[in-house]
Amino acid sequence: MDPVIAVEGLAKRYGDLQAVADVSFEVHQGEIFGLLGPNGAGKTTSVECVQGLRRPDAGRIDVLGLDPTTHASALRERIGAQLQESSLPQRLRVGEALALFSSFQPGGPPWRSVMRDWGLEGKEKAAFGRLSGGQRQRLLVAVALVNDPEVVFLDEMTTGLDPAARRSTWELIERIRSQGTTVVLVTHFMDEAERLCDRLAVVADGRVVATGTPAELVAAHSDGVTVTFTTTETDLRFLEALPDVRRVEVRGDRAAVHGGPSAPPHVGRALVDRGIVPDDMGIERASLEDVYLRLVGTEAGP
Amino acid sequence: MTRVRALSLTELRLFLREPVTVLFTLALPLMVLYVLNGVFGQDQGGDPGEIIVYRGFPAPDWYTPAYVAMALAGFCLIALPAHLVEYHETGVLRRLQASGVPRGAVLGSQAVIALVVATVGSGLLVAAAIAFTGTNAPENLLLFLVAYLVAAAAVIAIGLLLGVLLPTARAAQSVGILAWFVTLFVGGAGPPPEVLPDGLRTVGDWWPLTPVVQTLQEPWLTGEWATRASLVTAAVACGSLAVAWRAYRWD
Repeated sequence: MDPVIAVEGLAKRYGDLQAVADVSFEVHQGEIFGLLGPNGAGKTTSVECVQGLRRPDAGRIDVLGLDPTTHASALRERIGAQLQESSLPQRLRVGEALALFSSFQPGGPPWRSVMRDWGLEGKEKAAFGRLSGGQRQRLLVAVALVNDPEVVFLDEMTTGLDPAARRSTWELIERIRSQGTTVVLVTHFMDEAERLCDRLAVVADGRVVATGTPAELVAAHSDGVTVTFTTTETDLRFLEALPDVRRVEVRGDRAAVHGGPSAPPHVGRALVDRGIVPDDMGIERASLEDVYLRLVGTEAGP
Repeated sequence: MTRVRALSLTELRLFLREPVTVLFTLALPLMVLYVLNGVFGQDQGGDPGEIIVYRGFPAPDWYTPAYVAMALAGFCLIALPAHLVEYHETGVLRRLQASGVPRGAVLGSQAVIALVVATVGSGLLVAAAIAFTGTNAPENLLLFLVAYLVAAAAVIAIGLLLGVLLPTARAAQSVGILAWFVTLFVGGAGPPPEVLPDGLRTVGDWWPLTPVVQTLQEPWLTGEWATRASLVTAAVACGSLAVAWRAYRWD
């Protein structure tokens, strides 16, 4: 299946600052694709180039079969966007906002049905400035979706939100996907990427340093799995012969066995076979966070 | 064009929802008329040999077209830039950009609303001046209306320029108020230029709103067209708009 978005060798410079050096990724139909990276990594510039809002210095971009540098307005009708820190006039009412923005990008469903879909029907006459944080977020999402886009770009949706509002925003994003819309999510929160993204690209210093599902990234960029337990047995070298085990470390009565994902069951069985039954066996896997920090450098974290 | 229309109507609605701004915009020209006319508008009976001020025209006739410039400046240099900068600061422009609204529609809708509001204010002012201060109607009404459009274009373009260049709404407000007062003091709407000290008169000669005042005064007072002043005014309009267009930023 052809990707919905294909980006290859994207580069963009602002004066002396090389905001994007080499970004390539593909987004498939119906997935939530994440661009994860620290602030200033070039994520926003990349998606703004993909949307045709900025002109890249180099690289090839294809979105829904269109080139955003030459067909920005045709593309605009088929995509939706929530840009970083965007807002509406304080006194603009919910109904007016939806009517106005659907007039900018006609072709979507009637705006009243969009208003109902996002639970704002009782708020038609309420001014944007009087809405709660959650209602504002829903209105902004609704505004981004008034033209019934095939792809929607969401940039830093949850920055500055409290935990409850973040959680309901995550539900909104999953709901967008469940309606068949492809979602490109820009975020610097690992928990958000891990929870929402089907696949993601980790961006650091203007480059994509890794791409894959969260599980693939963990598998490819971590030491794998460590099995730990307490034992009085001092000679554990027999464990090193087991499949998928790389190294055994013993310090006092603490043992740590490093290996691949299938190491834990083999270790468990071998120990039981020898009559060693520790009551505190633990399995440690690297989290996406460990992998992320390794990929982008610890000091570059958000 | 439909976007300019939709945005302008929305802007008008939002404007009418701000009672303080509405009151300020409509009451300011009338206050200016009342106060300044009381201070400067007394006809100079004058002994022969005194400085001739107002080029010999009755003071209210001299001032009314100048106050029209002040009414334009009141909305276009104070309210408009602060509003545009606020849209920039709060991310409203980014939201519009994401929906594919071109910069021309943003600037265009601000220009339309400024023209509508300032024209209502100017109309009230002219009506009040003729009704209450004994101002004579313009010598050439048609030429005055054309002059008004040229003047409005320049003041609106300066307002858009300030709205694009200034970093914060607070800065925009301060600069706008300052520009308004400078126009008042040295541009011809306050003390007659003939009584200004040389230094201030030089400032007045170079101040971009002085020719706007002159463009409005000439058809009102003499029925003639102020060729030189109107050309400068048109140049100010085009120059400001060109720079505003180029310097425009969404984020």
